[in-house]
Amino acid sequence: MSYQEKKSIVSLISTLLIFGCYSLYVYQAQTGDADAMSPRFWASVILVLIPVSIVAKIMIAIIFSIVYKIATNEAEPSFSDELDKLIGLKAGRNSHYVFVFGFLLAMITLVIGQPLSVMFMVLILSGLLSEVAGLVTQLYLYRKGV
Amino acid sequence: MGKSLISNTIRKLRFNAGEMTQQQLAEKVLVTRQTIVAIEAGKYSPSLELAFRISNVFGMPLEEVFTYHPE
Repeated sequence: MSYQEKKSIVSLISTLLIFGCYSLYVYQAQTGDADAMSPRFWASVILVLIPVSIVAKIMIAIIFSIVYKIATNEAEPSFSDELDKLIGLKAGRNSHYVFVFGFLLAMITLVIGQPLSVMFMVLILSGLLSEVAGLVTQLYLYRKGV
Repeated sequence: MGKSLISNTIRKLRFNAGEMTQQQLAEKVLVTRQTIVAIEAGKYSPSLELAFRISNVFGMPLEEVFTYHPE
């Protein structure tokens, strides 16, 4: 398995892990809070999730890089070549498709009279799914070819 | 996706060039080893520029390194 494939798998697992842990934390924190379902609460959930996931992913990427170097005695590629860029573009495209679909779904929940919290949950979930779609695409293309 | 319509003789040419490694070829043509692996396995058709760079490394014309097999 190549470095890029391993990196995609680690990113996928870390994305799910970070989201799972953060969701659990938010769920426990909001229990019993009367203000929990307000738009302000959901907006802060999203605004905190973004930097938390960025910092956690950077840390996991650094740890992965060190472990990979120790385990294989092989340095990670120092640049992205044309294959990496092509796969990155295709993964980004699929990721955007999923997010746009999720965004439209979130708007539909409002139109059909669902509570605001449902809209925010769909929005956050579509963010997660779009990232997963991008990483799965990346992994698939590295394994099966472009 | 999947198998490319373009086949190549890179594996044979590397062998004939003093058993050049994939890493050595990758460094000469400025790509990662993974890309050379993918090209050799027919999982990726390189850009025209990269195809020319690979041919130049072996001092061969492009059509002797890459062959197009239309369906």
